[in-house]
Amino acid sequence: MNIPENLSYTESHEWCLIEDGVATIGLTDYAQNELGDIVFVNLTEVGDAVEAGESFADVESVKAVSEVISPVNGTVSEVNEELLDNPALVNEGCYDAWLIRVEGAEIGMDVMDAAAYEAHCA
Amino acid sequence: MEKRTPLYEAHVAAGGKIVPFAGYELPVEYPTGLMKEHEAVRTACGLFDVSHMGEVTFEGETALATLNHLMTNDFTNQPHGKCRYSALCYEDGGMVDDLIVYRRDDERFLVVVNAANKDKDVAWMRDHLLPGTVMEDISDDVAQIALQGPAAPAILAKLADESALPTGYYTFTEHVDVAGHDCLVSRTGYTGEDGFELYCAPSDARAVWDALLEVGADEGLVPCGLGARDTLRLEAAMPLYGHEMDETVDPLEAGLGFAVKMGKDEFIGRDAIAAKGEPARERVGLEVTGRGIVREHEPVYKGDEQVGQTTSGTYCPHLKKACAMALVRAGSLSVGDEVEVEVRGRRVAARVIPLPFYKRAK
Repeated sequence: MNIPENLSYTESHEWCLIEDGVATIGLTDYAQNELGDIVFVNLTEVGDAVEAGESFADVESVKAVSEVISPVNGTVSEVNEELLDNPALVNEGCYDAWLIRVEGAEIGMDVMDAAAYEAHCA
Repeated sequence: MEKRTPLYEAHVAAGGKIVPFAGYELPVEYPTGLMKEHEAVRTACGLFDVSHMGEVTFEGETALATLNHLMTNDFTNQPHGKCRYSALCYEDGGMVDDLIVYRRDDERFLVVVNAANKDKDVAWMRDHLLPGTVMEDISDDVAQIALQGPAAPAILAKLADESALPTGYYTFTEHVDVAGHDCLVSRTGYTGEDGFELYCAPSDARAVWDALLEVGADEGLVPCGLGARDTLRLEAAMPLYGHEMDETVDPLEAGLGFAVKMGKDEFIGRDAIAAKGEPARERVGLEVTGRGIVREHEPVYKGDEQVGQTTSGTYCPHLKKACAMALVRAGSLSVGDEVEVEVRGRRVAARVIPLPFYKRAK
């Protein structure tokens, strides 16, 4: 399982990278593998506020629907619109296929580093 | 504690994602992934472990009369070597299960039932046997493998004498030698494709499974899990017990009128079904035109009126769209109608389309 060292992780299998106050959020390899083939991604909109611990997206695979939780508080500055037409990108490369970017981002819940997350998935 | 089929070790070795289903540990998908498994069955071939299915034999002078009493279809003129689909009903017309009856000869039948219903079915049928019929649940002595897809005949012909294989849909042959193992082979399946179901001794299952995968590799054969089994049957609009039908739904409402012979003298549930007259509900097909997937037990609205609810829904990998079946008030919807389905508190647009969603080219 691919768990990049430089990211932060949630218990509910989101990854987060904060650079210059902008958080990029996506689904982990574990999450995409558990979901299986992803066929729809429904994202929040640019300008929406997100709250740590709250859902900002639905990801649907053939088997299941899963809510995606934001680890940060802030305002959505970008959504990855490519995923709306090609949701399988999350399966193909979940650390490239980010879901949203959040500005003014502050971590608002417990997150893990790569080693702790690897233990969490074990 | 779930049971394991004789193929459990093969699923684990192949990286299958194991889940509990109907009391068994079975693969929901392999590393190939559900979408590719589904497409393999539509374009080449897929191999399924369906050993969880229940098998029950009926034998004796009154076996035929017992089946005609228990079940909605009529087996009187069923030729030897043919399969026949039927409903099994309670006195009130609600369904106990749906099943397939294999006629071996005048007095010997094999009945294949849903895994999740097996114990309930066996208890119900045992309570309603006619004197002179011996019923035996042989499920633990039988493994079942489904080989499904357009390449299935070519693949099976590599391991068995082609002239011994059943040719007509819903026919079967006993004692076919498949890679040296004794199998009952039927031209049946639950995918909407051509294909076979092979019944063999549990001790032979692994050898048959491995031999099929080996000779089928060149034809694109892949092992498939329960996930693809469900998307394939839904795309082909084949009903599933617990979804399109249950003890509150009679077989006419479920769209199984072709297997209900009201002209028979009697069968359990006949009077109740007759008393109801025209079915109050009917099964319809929906394609989702909005975003997302409609799944089961979601309310269907025509304007402000709730006309019914979905019974199954998923993303159909071959058709590349989300589809659902729904049980709705009879006559409330016609093909082409625009409806809405409430999904997690949100209304999603859908359109009524004909069933089945997918039908293979003959």
